Amino acid sequence: MNTLAYRLAEQRGMLLALAIFIAMFALYAANHPAGFTPNVVQTAANKGVLLALVAMAQTFVVLTAGIDLSVGMIFILANCLASYLLVGTPLTVAFGVGGVLLTGLACGALNGLLVIYGRLQPIVITIATGAVFFGIALWIRPYPGSAPDFSADLADALTGKVFGVFPASLLFLIVLVLLVWVPFRRSVIGRAVYAVGSSEPAAYMSGLPVQRAKFTAYVLSGLFAAMGGLFMTFFTYSGEASLANGNTYTLSSIAAVVLGGVSLFGGRGSAIGAIFGALAFRAIGDLLFVFDFDPLWQPLFQGVVLLLAVSLGAARLFQVRNRLDLFT
Amino acid sequence: MTTDKLDTPPALPNSWTSRIDLPVATAFGCILLLLLIGSLYSPNFLSPEYLLQQLKVGAFLGVIATGMMLVILLGQIDLSVPWTVTLGAMMASAATAYGPMGEVFAIPFGVLCGVLVGLVNGFGTAYLRIPSMIMTLAVNAVAQGLMVAYTGGFAPVDSASPAMRYLAAGTILGIPNAVIVWALTGAVAVFLLGRTTFGRAVYGIGNKEAAAYLSGVPTQRVVMVAFAVCGGLAAFGGVLLAGYAGKAAQSMGDAYLLPAIAAVVLGGTSILGGRGSYLGTTAGVILITLLQSILSVMQIAEFGRQIIYGGVIITMLLLYGREKSGR
Repeated sequence: MNTLAYRLAEQRGMLLALAIFIAMFALYAANHPAGFTPNVVQTAANKGVLLALVAMAQTFVVLTAGIDLSVGMIFILANCLASYLLVGTPLTVAFGVGGVLLTGLACGALNGLLVIYGRLQPIVITIATGAVFFGIALWIRPYPGSAPDFSADLADALTGKVFGVFPASLLFLIVLVLLVWVPFRRSVIGRAVYAVGSSEPAAYMSGLPVQRAKFTAYVLSGLFAAMGGLFMTFFTYSGEASLANGNTYTLSSIAAVVLGGVSLFGGRGSAIGAIFGALAFRAIGDLLFVFDFDPLWQPLFQGVVLLLAVSLGAARLFQVRNRLDLFT
Repeated sequence: MTTDKLDTPPALPNSWTSRIDLPVATAFGCILLLLLIGSLYSPNFLSPEYLLQQLKVGAFLGVIATGMMLVILLGQIDLSVPWTVTLGAMMASAATAYGPMGEVFAIPFGVLCGVLVGLVNGFGTAYLRIPSMIMTLAVNAVAQGLMVAYTGGFAPVDSASPAMRYLAAGTILGIPNAVIVWALTGAVAVFLLGRTTFGRAVYGIGNKEAAAYLSGVPTQRVVMVAFAVCGGLAAFGGVLLAGYAGKAAQSMGDAYLLPAIAAVVLGGTSILGGRGSYLGTTAGVILITLLQSILSVMQIAEFGRQIIYGGVIITMLLLYGREKSGR
């Protein structure tokens, strides 16, 4: 296979997600009562970026052939924490942002340590740590609310528009991709993450830093989930320890990842694909509103989209050549 | 490897002593410890009434965990339990609204709905080969969507049938019916796992699916049936809960996912499948129920319970749920 064909095959999932997103968003914008205006794009971008951040968080872990069912809870914890910490002068707000991100890092590090040194299954351990994270969030915010002197300046800046046209949140996401994802993808650790996902024994035999790669993946996952939570606070000015919200974000992150062409068996796909997956998933969800369906059907509709997305993306039945391969 | 080693097959765990493995013994030890701690807080902690009450409360979890155990023994997991429980409760209550005939069929109808959910899970997992964790997570979302659309976002107005109430809250000779139901479920599970080809197949698939398949076990069918049973039992647990509370409610099943998995895993069943006993699951259920009870006796708030839950489960998993060191 020549290089170009290989590159295309690698990016197939991402390109598919991009195509779905463009089609869905075009349909959405065309039927939106307000039309295709900067305000509509801004709202859509803000909601999309929220999910895109959580989907990126999930991507890091899924690339190592693991899964993180606690991303939604880290998201909620960061949301609750940020609703307290983002107060006062720019300096204290900066410390608050730092605190929230550090908490995300710590949550991810805990997951990583338990998976690597505890030798426990990621799925069970992240359900359990998710309960702990949610408990802490509930402790911080027993009732939804915000700090009385919540500093809205930063929030407005990051959810507003740059030069009155371009959504700032989207710009933030692009900067994040350029500053974190691209260097990560090119580093030894990044390649090790892909290698671990493809075959852990092979990665180990090749002398790659297996444990460091896994740990980095979980830590980055926690960091991005916390960034999502931070954005949620920018968006709503308040924090809420909602179990249902946490579960929804966990689920949607998995759907977005699969929709974006990241293989749940590890080692294939990219965070950029996951971003487009997230944007596409959000656009599909928003279509219901544009076409004036009863909001009560929203959860069912999203559930069905999710089921179809993960079924088509993960079904091994369509990927094996020999029937026996299914059972090994 | 020498040939004479192959001639003598490994001894099957026949004797009573060899069946009690370390995790189960640890779980029972922890139960005694919890009872001790509880009795320090309240003198009537060890009274028969209190203990029977605990068994009754634990019965709902016990029924749900039985199904979860079956699936975990296969090396799979069912994350659709929360809304399958709610679905069972709501559908059984909904059937009650259709006159006397509805009341008669309320319980079977609720369970049947759960079985259908389980069949979808099983089909995706066994035939389409979608990882069960992903499949059941998505099915959970669909079940939630269906129930939200059905109820219109509020608690349904229907209430539980008298039979459901009797099954969940009644007593026979002083023994709560729920406990009897759990005991019967457990007896069937023990028989199914230990004495039937189905049970052997479940353990076989959990150990190595390819080997079971090559040995002529219809692995896909067994997996699908196991998921269907799990769905049915989860819904049955929901039916009992609805009978206990008098009616169904939104997200009443949310509180059962982690405890069900925890009870099974703390009872010594390997999360990777193929190893575990029902005695262990029973110990796990009692352990979790007592833990919950003590936390409420100590008047620990909801957030504290979540943290302690997660913490205890992680700690116990670290004690004996670890995978063998690889490489």
